[in-house]
Amino acid sequence: MVEAADTGVVFWLLAAAVLISGFLVVSLKNIFHCAIFLVICLTAVAGIFLLLDAEFLAAAQVLIYVGAVSILMIFAIMLTSRLAAHNVIQTNRHAIIAFFISMVFGLGAIALIAGTHIWRLAIETLPADNIATIGKLLMTEFMLPFEVVSVLLLAAMIGAIVLARKEGS
Amino acid sequence: MTGYLAVLIFLLVGTGIVLFTFFLSRLIRPFNTYPEKSINYECAEDPIGTSWFQFNNRFYIFALIFVIFDVEVIFLFPWAVAYGQLGLYALVEMVIFILILFFGLYYAWKKGVLKWV
Repeated sequence: MVEAADTGVVFWLLAAAVLISGFLVVSLKNIFHCAIFLVICLTAVAGIFLLLDAEFLAAAQVLIYVGAVSILMIFAIMLTSRLAAHNVIQTNRHAIIAFFISMVFGLGAIALIAGTHIWRLAIETLPADNIATIGKLLMTEFMLPFEVVSVLLLAAMIGAIVLARKEGS
Repeated sequence: MTGYLAVLIFLLVGTGIVLFTFFLSRLIRPFNTYPEKSINYECAEDPIGTSWFQFNNRFYIFALIFVIFDVEVIFLFPWAVAYGQLGLYALVEMVIFILILFFGLYYAWKKGVLKWV
């Protein structure tokens, strides 16, 4: 068993990775490099999910966000004519004012939530095989939503094909 | 969490090896740069334009369809883990799920999206 102190260290390392790569996403000039750092950011978030014993969520994060959504973004950047080669400045002359305003709103929101909401640690321990539990619930209690998801995905796929084809041809 | 200690060690050792190799090559290589060395294919034809060029639009539709089936796979994953504890109805449910999505693949096929012309 990993000691609690070790998990703390891992958490702070992951949090630092999320914050640093997240900052680079919104500050780098080459949009392609931004996309690469987005991949690192999302992977670190998956690490945090693992730390919380949410294995399914971590797997979903890696498969869908790291594996598919960010690849889609990189594709979009590479397909857009010469966007990748351009250096784009992500900020304008209001950057410093915007920084302070968003700081005030962000810290204010955190202070407001921290002051009113009672945070509690998860007391009940998760079942050891929580992926199997998710699977069982998906097949029994949430059967209808599960089947509706496939219809939703079908609609998304047909919509994507219709839109992308019109642009392609 | 114990199983992930191995993952962490792999991650650290993997990163370490790459960084060490870069450091080592920096240490022992001669520093003799000239412009020809930084072109894409140094010992071949002179390239036309840069390596940042616009890729074929066709790749995008494949990426979009890939995302949809990626989401499908993430639903297969808990189903497969729980399958041993479930009855035949789980198989039927998953077959329905996949069949509905298969219709999307059929649509793409019929529309000629999968063809590389």
